[in-house]
Amino acid sequence: MRDFILKRVAAIILPFICTYGFYVILHGHVSPGGSFAGGIIVGLSFIAFSTIYGIEKGRARLPETVLTWTESFGTLWYGIMGMVGITKGAPFLANKLAGIDLGVPGTLSSGGLISLIGLGVGIRVASTIVTLFFTMMEEKS
Amino acid sequence: MRIGKLLILLVALLVAYGILITVAELPPYGMPDNPVHNQVSERYINEAVEDTGVLNMVTAIVLDYRAYDTMFETIVLFTATLAVVITLKTSKREESGK
Repeated sequence: MRDFILKRVAAIILPFICTYGFYVILHGHVSPGGSFAGGIIVGLSFIAFSTIYGIEKGRARLPETVLTWTESFGTLWYGIMGMVGITKGAPFLANKLAGIDLGVPGTLSSGGLISLIGLGVGIRVASTIVTLFFTMMEEKS
Repeated sequence: MRIGKLLILLVALLVAYGILITVAELPPYGMPDNPVHNQVSERYINEAVEDTGVLNMVTAIVLDYRAYDTMFETIVLFTATLAVVITLKTSKREESGK
């Protein structure tokens, strides 16, 4: 696609879409949404970028090493967060049982481990979507 | 041959009869005293905020009560990506070889 108007509009809108995706991930425990929905929005902003500006520029923005690392460590991050419960003498993935301060419900810092786990899952979902898109687009050519 | 077909028809009718009987026994949709509205959902609705400190109940269930489920869900995502990449990705060495 070599459309001038589309490129300029995308250049204005896409940063806000990406930021909104991270907002949805980080506020998953306060407002509607969550890590899966927010991760899809973040991945969609990268997919829209590489659809409009071409797959090579999208690749240059998001190199394969970054995708590989987020892809692999998203799941591992979940496991590490689960180990926090074990180090405090509680079951795996325990949150309140491990004695973590849950904070005031409704504030951004509430929920203990939930927001940290959600951040990992969101980045994981985004990298999955982008990796699938890149792989399928390159297979065609 | 004819007897075999009749037998198949008989078995199919029996299965259909069983399924229809089961559907007729289901409780009406959306009634408050249905068996699905048991102590599990009651516990989630009443004590999710106290147990997890999270206002969004879906997040509380997905990432706290059912955290194991979500963990293996991410592993499913990982496996799916791995399968797609292994199947579709053409390596650079292979391209130059052709």
